[in-house]
This record gives sequence, structure tokens and C-alpha cells, in this order.
Amino acid sequence: MTTRFLASGDTALVVEFGERIDRQVSAEVLGLAARVRDAGLSGVIELVPTFRSLMVHYDPLRTSGAELRKALEPMLKGATRHVEPRLWRVPVCYDDELAPDLAEVAERTGRTPAEVVALHSAAPYHVYMVGFLPGYPYMGDLPAPLVLPRRSDPRVRVPPGSVAIATTITAIYPFESPGGWHLIGTTPFRIFDARWNPPALLAPGDAVIFEPVPRPEFDALREAVTSGARNLRPEEAPA
Amino acid sequence: MIPALKVLAPGLYTTVQDLGRYGYQAMGVPVSGALDAVSFRLANRLLGNSDNAPALEILHQGPTLEVVADSVHVALAGGDAAFQLIDETVVTIPGWRSLRLRRGQVFRVGPLGRVACCYLTVEGGFAVEPCLGSRSTFVRGGLGGFEGRVLRVGDLLTLRRNIEERQEEFRLREPPAIGRDEVIRVVLGPQDDHFTDEAIATLLQVEFTISKSADRMGMRLDGPLLRHRDGYNIVSDGIATGAIQVPGSGQAILLLADHQTTGGYPKIATVISADVAVVGRRRPGDSIRFKAVSVAEGERLRREQETILEALSAAMEPAGLRNDVDADLLYRANLISGVVSGHE
Repeated sequence: MTTRFLASGDTALVVEFGERIDRQVSAEVLGLAARVRDAGLSGVIELVPTFRSLMVHYDPLRTSGAELRKALEPMLKGATRHVEPRLWRVPVCYDDELAPDLAEVAERTGRTPAEVVALHSAAPYHVYMVGFLPGYPYMGDLPAPLVLPRRSDPRVRVPPGSVAIATTITAIYPFESPGGWHLIGTTPFRIFDARWNPPALLAPGDAVIFEPVPRPEFDALREAVTSGARNLRPEEAPA
Repeated sequence: MIPALKVLAPGLYTTVQDLGRYGYQAMGVPVSGALDAVSFRLANRLLGNSDNAPALEILHQGPTLEVVADSVHVALAGGDAAFQLIDETVVTIPGWRSLRLRRGQVFRVGPLGRVACCYLTVEGGFAVEPCLGSRSTFVRGGLGGFEGRVLRVGDLLTLRRNIEERQEEFRLREPPAIGRDEVIRVVLGPQDDHFTDEAIATLLQVEFTISKSADRMGMRLDGPLLRHRDGYNIVSDGIATGAIQVPGSGQAILLLADHQTTGGYPKIATVISADVAVVGRRRPGDSIRFKAVSVAEGERLRREQETILEALSAAMEPAGLRNDVDADLLYRANLISGVVSGHE
């Protein structure tokens, strides 16, 4: 698919690289985002990378859609300095009480709950984008056997820290919120805090691997997180 | 005691806002900020504040506040909103002006009339801490403003004072047009190609009604359903304020200040930035019609709006005590301390 420029009113320009969730498309989106950030174009307010496009928010009093497009076109192809992704090891407790949909997911996918856990925590995921809620990371791709549509009856309240799956994506709910994904575990860690800089733990391009922890360890970690003694830190990705 | 305004009644949905929180949309943090940025900026200009000074955004029904300071300089802007000074009787003083109030004075922001929102500013702004670079409240995320929430009874809104306070009162000679019947201008897209030709023609020809499902996130529009060409799920992409998204039901939703930063429904069109304030001040039950313009035309209209705003602020005039009926109103409201001479 060829790259398309789409206007969203007079304050945003969308550079669309595809219509699928795809690592190659994501690499193009994040590559352009890095180049545009480095270029420091006048009138650009902020960039929002998504699965398949980069939204460039601009101030129409300082630039124009036409001018911006002219500046962006030569940047579509180009070398992006390679940055090794940050790797986050995120502890998750998959015990029944903290995983209200695990049994149903197991049944619908023809696996045992233990197999679902093993599949979900097997390999690192790529953070495609952050959206929906502050800090809500869209990560993929799920192993094929775990791919399910969203729940037909969304929940009014999903507890914070819930680890969820739907379609090819897995995510973590940063706050209590409504949600329609399958809840298969809970992390004791916070992934968004407005007092942090940056406030969101995970950023597009990061790698995340879920590590199953038993309930006592979950409880101890949650207590440490609540008292402010523990926060997640990234580690160097394996070469 | 720290100078403040005390909330005696919070109104329906009163929050601290500024012109928005930029730079964090990539982390899923909405921009938030004033729904009607034009009235917001004018309210600040009436007091000589910077355009971005934090003010109260008042939706539908105003709060009742008490002055807990020797005096405070306030201004009110937006639609038909007026000050109601509550003493033995209620004295109404029209908005779009500044006003000095004294300790113990109780006032209410009166009926908003034809608009959904108005803005109450204080000289120097309210003293709330910035959160991620902005004083705007994002209620669903519990971020910013006054404790990340709508105001409640008993809240004390601390005042930031200017070192040198202004003595004069100002009012706008001509408040901006409310624009109730103005046709709202949109740029088609970014996903207009996901809709049938008929859906696009309908959007641009038919009058819609703003439904009761309207808040700071967005407003659902009642009217004919807009049909998708094939399927209504798209892979999530970014959302700009003013975007009109259409979920599977076919009912259009016009997204406002607190909208999500990304979403998976096609957006048929986007309201131009010059018209977002006009939409923001419309109420449930109001009608709304759209017409398409180019991006370049949208950008030109935005520049034109800035010129109009400058002209309106330049035409501010003194609204002192000696000015026609106000002196009488202020006198009856017991605002003037000391003995008022009966001569002249």
C-alpha cells in the first residue's frame, strides 16, 4: 500500500502507511515519528503514532496542512537511527481471582488455563501505540491460538492493573474503567502516574514480556507499589 | 487566611480549565481545556490575564460562590450568563465584564440562557498546580485542575493575586456572536472514503439535533443514520478535536475537548478549529448543520477568527461605577463601602 496523507480538519495531518496491524507498518510509523521529532518542524504541536499511521497535530496559525505535507514528504523514506527497544519484564498474577475471564478464554480456545498462561507469557510483545486511556498500551502480536473477538458484553468496571486480550492485542488497564476485553491476569505495578516524567511507563516501540508470579508475590509487590517503594524499571533488550 | 472563593453550591459541572494539555496525546492523555476557547480567552482578557490563565468552566447551571478575601476582581464571559449578587435581594449584573467583589459577598452565575458553557475568571487566575504542563481538569483520568474533579460544596479555590491589581472595570462593547444558527464548517475525512455517497450527502444537507448524550468528551447527534461503505471497524488511529466519528449504529458523535486520543471508528469529517468553540457552546436539543470547506479555507477562517478576537478585545471599554445603571446596581448590591454622598 502506498503512503497517504489525510487531513483531519485544519489542525491535524494523518500520514497513513497501511490499514493493518503489522510490525513492518509500525516500524515505518515509528521511524517517521522519530525523524519528525528530530527535525523540529515549526508549527508542529505533537505526534501521535498509532498502529498504521502518524497523526501530526499542528497549529494552523504557525503552519498549514499544505506546508507541512511538503516538509513531511521527503522524510517518508530515510534512515532512522536504530534504537534498541527498552525491555520491560512485567510480573502478572494469573490466579482465578485476578483473572476473571481466564477459564472462559481457555474453554473458547480449547486449551487449559495453564496453557493460556504459558502462551500469553511466552515471548516479548511490541508496544504499537498508547491510547484509549492515559497510559493504555496496545501490545502484540498474541500467539494465534489466543486470538478472540472482544467480549459481547463489555464490563462497566475493569479494575486497574488488569491484563487483557482481544483480537491480536494484549493490554494493561491503567485505571478502573469500562472495558470489553478478556481479563486474564493482573499486574501489581502501576503503568501511569501523572507525577512521573514521562507519565506513561510504556512507549511505542518498547518490548514487554509478562512474567507469571504466584499470589503471595503479587500481594507483596502490590504492597510495595502502594507504599511507593517499588516501580518497574526497564532492562536492556537481549542482543 | 489565604484569599479564595468558597464554593457554596457547585453548579452542575464546574471545573478548572485552561487552553489545554498538549504534548501527552501519544501517551493517551486527552487535550481537555475550555470547550469554548473564544469566551475563555475573552474572560481572561477582561481582567488583563494571560489567555491561558486557569478559570472556571461552568456547564448548564452556575455555582454559588462566596468571597473569602478582602476583595476579588472577577470576570464572566459566555452567552447570556450574568452575575447574580445575593444579598437581601438578588441583583443581576450582565456578564462580559469585570467586577470587583468584597469579602463576604455571595454571588451566583445566573442562567446561561442560550449556551451550554461560560467562564468565570479571577484576576491573576486560580492557584492550582499544573499537571503535565496544564491546569485543565480531565475528570475521567482524575488529572489536573482542582483535585482532578468537578467542584463540590465547601471547596476553597485559592486566588493567585497580581502584584499590582487593576482598579478599572472593563466590559466588551460587543460580545462575540453565539452563532446558534451558524452552519458548522467541516473538512471531510480523514475516513470519508469509508462512507457511502449518500451518507456524506446526508451529513452536509440534513439538520441534526444535539442529543442529551453530550458532555466534555463529545456529543451524539440525533438525525438520519450515516451508513458505512463496508464495515465500521477500522484499525485505531489518531483523533483530532472536532472529529465526527460514526460507530456501527450509524449515529454520529462529534468529539470535543476530553475525547480519546485514538479510536477505532471511521471519522466522516472534522469540524474546523474556528468553529469548535461555536459547537462547544451549543446545548442538547439545539440543531446543528454542516457544510464542507477545504483545509486551506479552514486555516484562513481560523486566522480570521483570531483577527475578530483581537478586534473584540481592542473594543473593550471601561465599565466604571459612574457608568449608567451599573452604579445603581452596585450600590443596591451593597458593593460600595462607606458613605455614598446624596449629592450629584
